[in-house]
Amino acid sequence: MAGKSLTAGKSLGPIRRAFAPWNDPTAKPFIQFQNVTKTFGDFTAVDDLSLNIYEREFFALLGPSGCGKTTLMRMIAGFEEPTSGQVRLDGQDLVGVPPYRRPTNMMFQSYALFPHMNVWDNIAFGLKQDGMPKPEIAARVDEMLALVKLEKFAKRKPHQLSGGQRQRVALARSLAKKPKVLLLDEPLGALDKKLREETQFELIDLQVKLGMTFVIVTHDQEEAMTVADRIAVMDHGKIVQIATPAEIYEQPNSRYVADFIGEINLIEGTISAIEGGITTLDCTGTGAKVQVTQDGGAKVGDTAWFAVRPEKVAISLTPPADPNVNAVTGEVWDIAYLGDVSIYHVRLSTGATVKATITNTTRLVERPITWDDKVWLTWSRDGGVVLTR
Amino acid sequence: MAMTTDPVTPGHAGWLRWLVVAVPYLWLILLFLAPFLIVLKISVSTTAIAMPPYTPVLDFTSGLGALWEQFQEFSFDNYVFLTEDALYWKSYLSSLQIALISTFLILLVGYPIAYGMARAKREWRPTLLMLVILPFWTSFLIRVYAWMGILKPEGLLNQLLLWLGVIDQPLNIMPSTLAVYIGIVYSYLPFMILPLYATLEKLDETLLEAAADLGCPPIQAFWKITFPLSLPGVVAGCFLVFIPAVGEFVIPDLLGGSDTLMIGKTLWAEFFSNRDWPVSSAVAVVLLAILVVPIMLFQNAQKKVTE
Ligand SMILES: Nc1ncnc2c1ncn2[C@@H]1O[C@H](COP(=O)(O)OP(=O)(O)OP(=O)(O)O)[C@@H](O)[C@H]1O
Ligand SMILES: [Mg+2]
Repeated sequence: MAGKSLTAGKSLGPIRRAFAPWNDPTAKPFIQFQNVTKTFGDFTAVDDLSLNIYEREFFALLGPSGCGKTTLMRMIAGFEEPTSGQVRLDGQDLVGVPPYRRPTNMMFQSYALFPHMNVWDNIAFGLKQDGMPKPEIAARVDEMLALVKLEKFAKRKPHQLSGGQRQRVALARSLAKKPKVLLLDEPLGALDKKLREETQFELIDLQVKLGMTFVIVTHDQEEAMTVADRIAVMDHGKIVQIATPAEIYEQPNSRYVADFIGEINLIEGTISAIEGGITTLDCTGTGAKVQVTQDGGAKVGDTAWFAVRPEKVAISLTPPADPNVNAVTGEVWDIAYLGDVSIYHVRLSTGATVKATITNTTRLVERPITWDDKVWLTWSRDGGVVLTR
Repeated sequence: MAMTTDPVTPGHAGWLRWLVVAVPYLWLILLFLAPFLIVLKISVSTTAIAMPPYTPVLDFTSGLGALWEQFQEFSFDNYVFLTEDALYWKSYLSSLQIALISTFLILLVGYPIAYGMARAKREWRPTLLMLVILPFWTSFLIRVYAWMGILKPEGLLNQLLLWLGVIDQPLNIMPSTLAVYIGIVYSYLPFMILPLYATLEKLDETLLEAAADLGCPPIQAFWKITFPLSLPGVVAGCFLVFIPAVGEFVIPDLLGGSDTLMIGKTLWAEFFSNRDWPVSSAVAVVLLAILVVPIMLFQNAQKKVTE
């Protein structure tokens, strides 16, 4: 898995690194939410949300169940109208435009394939609707079938296909019209891990090749990190953070985001000093001072949280030689062996637990560090961040 | 439908299974096959001024020889007779025509109703369903009589129209074939609505969203998605209405005029007015033979749906 993401990253690296219209103040957003609120009865599903998505962007909406991801996407497709606020596409106000006149296509989470039509007719449906000439339709459908590797299944009805094949048909159908915007609502949810990962890379490939704008809804954070240029983390109808996958992971802006994406150690403390670019936290949890090269906007005396990812915490049986690293000591409480890595749960004298991840570079015959060992946990000053909320 | 070779479960369970299989067959033999054989037998007999009014009357106590002699008396004359008198084939054709047109009209009226019910708010649906079924709580005969009260020259409809000044002469809606159509459409409507509602209610609404998403406006989506997917309900409803409508007697008798030919009426007249049991039995057997075709088509269609 790690190897695969590495190769994909390499092939797409140059394209993706150069692509950052959200940092360009002159770039015009392609999809624009302006103070959009959507209520169902007295329940607010989307709460005064503003958001810009740029052309050719692969944008992921991430968040727990019921946070309003699908609702947001359905407002782009036109199945829901905002209660207040504006949704624009390429500068045009979308409010009041019916779904069948929007240049967007959606791949439904349930696939929504037409059961009385075969694969070919399902894919051709939107093209026929546009009145495309027959030979062109045939060429396009064949192209799409080849893309999703379903040439042999053109004459099958949806109920004669496996779940993964159906998903591919749904994808081909939503791609066939080459829409300006493709909306993917948990498109890979029903696939097994391996097929899901394969398809994720197919999606990235397609998106780059066809130059379309993709918006994907998922609650699989790994999936969002793999495919997206930017990720929006949502909570209760609001966006908590929008950033690139790396930023979201390394620079979460809140405990909510830090905790939602991946594993993290969160330690509460009080800021005791900010000097020479070094922020010092008095951590009640660890009983030690923690020094960080970043202050997260906190002031001296503020309550803040120190967040560090387990893989940035080193574990050893001896105290660190370098006085500039942060160090705490404790006992190994538990070890979770995950194959590629092991996660050590270390209990400090204060009762707090800190997690540290160790890559299993050698075959695990005998653990150098094991249960109940007294260990030192160390991390550098730029290994973690200070969070104020 | 592969041949099953599994051994019959011995003992109690085996018997129980046979019983479960046998009950519907016993039911069919007793209540369908036996009466049919009796009718079939009468249809090849000859009229007689006697009680019952035909010969031979099979006497199973007189031994095989006598029984064989009685069998010799059977003839197909009644069937030949049906082809000779134009009244019969005209009645059959007219019945089929009335049933066919009625079925079409019922579909036309029933589809929007079923569609509306299926699209109504979830909490309304049981009530609407109840309203469709409610007429069954009153006797069919009484409901047809009620229509007589509405449609007859001095009936409610004419009174209303006269009072409104829409007409100045009462309309002669009843008795006529038009009144028969009204009666059939009214009486059989629930049999169309119920299967249609069942298929329309099951329809996944995201399919319509998907169609809209691909550029299909609602009216086109109806013809491309909703209607084709409701075809099993359409087929079931049409057959449920068409088959009994062909043999309908009460409605043409009460609402129809003398010019409304329907085979049910002809059969009744043959049986009760002419007391010609053999000919009326032949009429019934031929009617059954005619209806076997759509019944088999119906079963075929149902089988396709379940596949
Ligand atoms: N038609 C509706 N009527 C009432 N409430 C609705 C409706 N659609 C959505 N909601 C509510 O709005 C909230 C957001 O729903 P939404 O489908 O956008 O969630 P989601 O983020 O896509 O969740 P999931 O990850 O489970 O798909 C939910 O609490 C849901 O109950
Ligand atoms: Mg959802």
